[in-house]
Amino acid sequence: MSKQSSIISTNELDIGFPPKGRKSATVVASDINVALQGGQVVCLLGPNGSGKSTLIRTLAGLHYPLDGEVLLNGKQLNKFGVKTIAQKVSTVLTDRITIGNISVYELVAFGRSPYTGWFGSLNKKDEEIVEWAIASAGIEQFVDRDVLHLSDGERQKVMIARALAQDTSAVLLDEPTAHLDLPNRVEIIRLLRKLAHHTKKGILLSTHELDLALKAADTLWLISRDGKVITGTPEDLVLDGTFEAVFEKDSFDFDRSTGSFTLHNPDKEPIYLTGDAVPVFWTRRALEREGYEVVEKNGTSLKVEAHSKQETFLWKIISEKEEHSYSSIKDLLGALRKN
Amino acid sequence: MANERTDITPRHKTGIRPLYFGLLIIGLIGLLLLNLALGSVDIPLSDIVQILIGGEATSEAWNKIIVNIRIPRAVTAVLAGSALSVGGLLMQTLFRNPLAGPSVLGITAGASLGVAIVMLAGGTITSIFAIQQLSAFGSWMIVIAASLGAAGVLLLILLISIKVRDNVTLLIIGLMIGNLTIALVSIWQYFSRPEQIQDYLIWTFGSLGGVPLDQLWILAVITLIGGGIAMALSKPLNGLLLGENYARSMGLSVFSSRIWIIVSTSLLAGGITAFCGPIGFVGIAVPHLTRSLMGTNDHRVLIPATLLMGAILLLACDIVAQVPGSTTTLPISAVTSMVGSPVVIWVIIQRKNLQASF
Repeated sequence: MSKQSSIISTNELDIGFPPKGRKSATVVASDINVALQGGQVVCLLGPNGSGKSTLIRTLAGLHYPLDGEVLLNGKQLNKFGVKTIAQKVSTVLTDRITIGNISVYELVAFGRSPYTGWFGSLNKKDEEIVEWAIASAGIEQFVDRDVLHLSDGERQKVMIARALAQDTSAVLLDEPTAHLDLPNRVEIIRLLRKLAHHTKKGILLSTHELDLALKAADTLWLISRDGKVITGTPEDLVLDGTFEAVFEKDSFDFDRSTGSFTLHNPDKEPIYLTGDAVPVFWTRRALEREGYEVVEKNGTSLKVEAHSKQETFLWKIISEKEEHSYSSIKDLLGALRKN
Repeated sequence: MANERTDITPRHKTGIRPLYFGLLIIGLIGLLLLNLALGSVDIPLSDIVQILIGGEATSEAWNKIIVNIRIPRAVTAVLAGSALSVGGLLMQTLFRNPLAGPSVLGITAGASLGVAIVMLAGGTITSIFAIQQLSAFGSWMIVIAASLGAAGVLLLILLISIKVRDNVTLLIIGLMIGNLTIALVSIWQYFSRPEQIQDYLIWTFGSLGGVPLDQLWILAVITLIGGGIAMALSKPLNGLLLGENYARSMGLSVFSSRIWIIVSTSLLAGGITAFCGPIGFVGIAVPHLTRSLMGTNDHRVLIPATLLMGAILLLACDIVAQVPGSTTTLPISAVTSMVGSPVVIWVIIQRKNLQASF
């Protein structure tokens, strides 16, 4: 990856907090070499406290690096003025917006600050960009509403629209999907992917939702426990075991075959599960929750078949001696518990 | 989502709300006339208008009362009300705290300390008798002392604000410096003679009548400069509503804005306190009233509206303080609190959530 073609890149960057009094500097992550390209969605993943927010703030110029450098369009970030940086990088932070008495439109229009004059008046072009940002974020229905009366999901979209109004080539978002329900999370991610691909912006978002990141990101930046940042395509990082190594804890395991974490360690006998794809998927989850080890090879003493016929489903437990049918997973589990 | 796109009409855009500004200006003119008309001597409105447009009233005494007493007093009320209110607005936005006012940085306390030093340390020189003897000199001395006191605290706060980058920390430091200054004043009072304390106490009641006609221009210049700086800060103030990080990420220079906000507030609050004594409450109450009325937090609208609203409120308080129909006057800072507190309570109950609507 060429540093020149990327919007933001870093060179042996150390992030953390400067020394304070007798306390020496706290290094959160070190020797970071990353690059954010246009048209890409990058997810920044890491355990809690690994420095996701600090990295985002450092890249946005809101936090001083401890060592190394941040490059904006190949030039050192601290060589730019605060206004020029704001014309190239916009951010959506986790800072809560507590004010009211301001409409959604007015808030989005604040995004034009790096371009407007000393009094902040919008010209025709500014207004057009604000309207484009509002339409892109899909918040036309409540442009008039007081910011105070927005739901968490709506407020997040408004803050994204404000970042879009800033018309920057990079957008950095710190936990944009935190506190949101699943439909809202999916909607925000979809919006960001659409923006990256249509506007060629480089979009970096931090999250701790692994499955969402695996699905949404073109590139992953993983901050490991020892403060290193590993980058790569999500699937490659899963297959080579890096993903597992960063997130694995004693109590739960990453399942490479499903791309999700298993909550349960099997403590019961293996079950061979076959049948149609949809019921098999859900039956597998139920069986694993019960503590069975689900295998895909015949040769176990217990075998479960799951079939779907139009809208109804049928389960069978086949053991050496007998065969029973059940019409729901509840009944199936009940029968297994009696064994 | 995109296909149900609705047209964004101009009504979404930042409005300057000419209707409300018209009402405020009419209210200001009405109260100004009422303030001039009411007092211990009854003067008909027609004579007042006559004097205002440059003519002569039917009585020479009325002429003197209006020109030498009531006009300076009313103009002082307008300037003090505007200045303190805008100072309060700046502090509330800078500290993102609805309870902040011009006094939070300890500037008013600094002015009090200056006055206390002159009045209590001087002994016989500045007894009430002496001040009456050298009226011009005495009042100037108090103004200078108060200004120096306010400026001293201001410098201290500015130095600290270079070092301390967190606004909440700065707010607490400002409050502590205020407390420290007040403590110094009370120690001084403790060791002073009762008649000296009495002079100081009278000053702390605040007065709009103490600024002579030939010194009004100083007050006007201070208010104009302070208010002008505030207007010029509209854009960074709007950015600061979202917090310092967002303000910086939108290309606003938080550091220099903060210094200018402190300079403006100090000029406004320090200048008014020097001339009129500590007038409490206006600075906290008026920004809230104005936000409720205008329904916006956009400082380009809020600052001029706050100027007008502050002038209106202090003129109204002054009318109450003069107790129309009697010869007594009440201390102005007591009246502002008595009138202001119920108004603010009413607004808070109406809006349900002051912190959030701020």
